[in-house]
Amino acid sequence: MRPVWEEKPTPVGQAAKGTALTVIVLAVLFPIWSVLVTSLSSRETINDSGGMVFIPKGFDPSAYVTIFSGGQVTRAVGISILVSVVGTAFSLVLTVLAAYGLSRPGTVAHRPLLFLFLLTFLIYPGLVPSYLVVTELGLKDRLWALIVPTAVSVFNLVVIRAFFQGIPSELIDSARIDGAGEFRILWRIVLPLSKAVIAVVGLFYAVGYWNVFFNALLYINDNDKWPIQRVLQSFILAGQSPQVSGSTGNLPGVTPYPPTLAIKMAVVVVTVVPAVLVYPFVQRHFTKGVIIGAVKG
Amino acid sequence: MRVSRRARSRVPLRARLRRDWPLLVMTAPAALVLLVFHYLPTIGNIIAFQDYSPFFGDSAPEAFLNSEWIGFGHFEALFKDPAFWDAVRNTLTITAFQLVFFFPLPIAMAILLNSVLSTKLRSFVQSVAYLPHFFSWVLVVTFFVQMLGGAGLLAQEMRQQGLQPWGIMTNPETFIVLVTAEGVWKDAGWGTIVFLAALSTIDPHLYEAAAADGAGRWRRMWHITLPGLRPVILLLLILRLGDALSVGFEQYILQRDAVGRQAAEVLDTFVYYQGILTQQWGFGAAAGIFKGMVGLILLLTANHLAHRLGEQGVYAKA
Repeated sequence: MRPVWEEKPTPVGQAAKGTALTVIVLAVLFPIWSVLVTSLSSRETINDSGGMVFIPKGFDPSAYVTIFSGGQVTRAVGISILVSVVGTAFSLVLTVLAAYGLSRPGTVAHRPLLFLFLLTFLIYPGLVPSYLVVTELGLKDRLWALIVPTAVSVFNLVVIRAFFQGIPSELIDSARIDGAGEFRILWRIVLPLSKAVIAVVGLFYAVGYWNVFFNALLYINDNDKWPIQRVLQSFILAGQSPQVSGSTGNLPGVTPYPPTLAIKMAVVVVTVVPAVLVYPFVQRHFTKGVIIGAVKG
Repeated sequence: MRVSRRARSRVPLRARLRRDWPLLVMTAPAALVLLVFHYLPTIGNIIAFQDYSPFFGDSAPEAFLNSEWIGFGHFEALFKDPAFWDAVRNTLTITAFQLVFFFPLPIAMAILLNSVLSTKLRSFVQSVAYLPHFFSWVLVVTFFVQMLGGAGLLAQEMRQQGLQPWGIMTNPETFIVLVTAEGVWKDAGWGTIVFLAALSTIDPHLYEAAAADGAGRWRRMWHITLPGLRPVILLLLILRLGDALSVGFEQYILQRDAVGRQAAEVLDTFVYYQGILTQQWGFGAAAGIFKGMVGLILLLTANHLAHRLGEQGVYAKA
């Protein structure tokens, strides 16, 4: 509802606003649409258009059949799912535990420990020594290299900690009087109250792990262990052909069909899908969980 | 706070340990990760003063002990290296360019979205605009290549019209525009969140009173909306200035080969190529120290400035 005191909008103003909103929406959706349509196009459609397609003609899922019938893309998707699931669980456990451990001022070593965490915002360790540490720990060419070094996001920790601190201390005290230890209090009382914020942080971790690229470039040389982003980069930006697939040799799809462009675009779609799937959920909880938590912190 | 501190000091340490040890156990794993993957590398930076090579020993600590100390040799070489100054200049130019052409966009977009009365339309546009934030840089660059690249949609349409497509993805001269456009596409929508939150805290009565006093919509924006956003704008500006030496990593690594080192080498990619790929460990660490130190000074200075301006800044005055 427009407030009574506000002027009626001018037609020019309305038109400008409408145009701006349309441009924003199209700028985001059109590329995604075009990639999706191209990935489902047949060889003729792609040849007719001279490359990318944005007007769908027919429906040809053969590109997806090809990339999911074994070979590098199938494996990379599996690896990325594995890294995302294990990494998110690992990160959440570490972050939630530490957020709770640091949530009560006045406990032993509270200030120095909190300082240890917060100081990471100011200190930049540098790429070379970080690389040397990870390599020295024998993590090279292991998927743990994509998880452990980035497992704790202090920002996420601060958000969860702020939320924990907002839980009335009477609840925790009464549980303690009833004889509950800290682990039980966390599990039985604090966690059930913090589902939303933990879900959001978990999704942020999951998206981060799904998107991991640079650490894969640094630490994973063995292309049998590449996550999906690294594969996408090598196919599209470094121009390697998707058919040449790691150690398992050629895919069944080396035959003329489906066209290379459709396969490439299918890989793009596969990389986009998880982000789009988790997205409505993040959106629903975002303002509730994170903004409020961050502002309070 | 004061009460709890006094109460704390009365309890002997041993009793407090008996009470608090579970909390310490809970904090330990995350603290360990930070110690190993954040603080250990921070200390490891001392190889910048060494002629370090992993081949000087069977393990990194052994190699470290066997490496010769060379003082500031790597720093001297670094500061004499024109490629390093190219990278610094590129980084700062990109930061400055993005402060002008990227930074104000989320503010404008937030004000625009805030003025949309239909909540349905508004939340639809918001959802769409936030989406690319969740894409990796690989994806973002891929979308740009497929739309604007030499084999992309735009070039193919132009060719069909008999026009000569321009190589926007490979042109070093327009690279700064390209990376900014990619940044805008990915994060401008997401950047509106914090401004929208700030806008929602502005008291609507202020607008009403101003309108009653005869202030038009532009004057209301100037005298109410923008002052209401001032703390957030300043805070983000400080954060950006403090981070002036980081323009992002993956975005540049992904495009450096297509555009060339001259335009696309930033400080982070310089460290990657000079430190890790060519295995000049000490030299790369020196460049990393430079980045870390200058970044820290920038952040502290920017924050100090904010305090001087009467704003809260990133952290409170101790």
